[in-house]
Amino acid sequence: MSTHEQTVTSHVHRDDEGSRMGMWLFLFTELILFGGMFFIYSVYRYLHHDDFHVAAKNMNVLIGTANTIILLTSSMTIAVSIAAMQRGKKMLSLTLQSITVIFGFIFLVNKYFEWTAEIGHGNYPGSPELVNQNAGQILFFGLYYVMTGLHGLHVIVGMIVIIFMMRFTMKDIITPDSYVKLEAAGLYWHLVDIIWIFLFPLFYLIT
Amino acid sequence: MDKHNEHAENKGHGYSIYFLVWLGLLTLTAITVAVAGINLGGITIATAIVIASIKSYLVLTIFMHLRTESKVFKIFVMAALFFIVISLVLLFADYSSTNI
Repeated sequence: MSTHEQTVTSHVHRDDEGSRMGMWLFLFTELILFGGMFFIYSVYRYLHHDDFHVAAKNMNVLIGTANTIILLTSSMTIAVSIAAMQRGKKMLSLTLQSITVIFGFIFLVNKYFEWTAEIGHGNYPGSPELVNQNAGQILFFGLYYVMTGLHGLHVIVGMIVIIFMMRFTMKDIITPDSYVKLEAAGLYWHLVDIIWIFLFPLFYLIT
Repeated sequence: MDKHNEHAENKGHGYSIYFLVWLGLLTLTAITVAVAGINLGGITIATAIVIASIKSYLVLTIFMHLRTESKVFKIFVMAALFFIVISLVLLFADYSSTNI
């Protein structure tokens, strides 16, 4: 009995591929969540084609493009942070993780200014200016706030997750031999990036 | 040492591929923004979706390591995307045939 216990404690049970598969399965549920919203968007855009084009003229393409570049770059930095960890470069990995969080923060700051400007123009659900517009324009802004808002929440969650990964890296819980947690965090961040890749042309570039 | 090399080959790409993919993603973003300014009529949405799909493919295969994952991962992702496309096709088969 005691020998059996010894074997159990000395053997580290780990299934990195299983862990990554678990993360992918979670990402599929995220796909259902956002997929449903993209379906709603596509049907309403189909039904209110012209209204969507008029409403999208209010979008700030410059901020949208800047945020796209920021998010794509942050995806690159988190991907390289994993590659650095694989090569045993702990400090480089840690630096890249922190840069990713900073990019996420800049993205949210831009989002804040963008939303503030839109709300200032009276483009928010239930505003006196918007209720007088066509149904399609109201729907466009409703979808805009819900979809970019939910995406923004995912950016915040991703930042928190990566901050935990930084702590794990510092405490040597994430090591060059065991970095599946960092990989899972990376997968989440990339999914958030992919969702933005579709949100950007659908909301900002349809004028 | 050999084992280490093998590990790196199996599990990771070099740094340069991430940099190249990033450049590719930025180029595609520039193309989408530029193309959006031109009125291409009905194919404007199609162009935007195609470019977004290429960008997603790059992120999935390189950044998310699907290229080096085992076959099960690829099948799962394909199945997920397949059902999204099916839903979308059926949705529009319905909406385009009923005049609302």
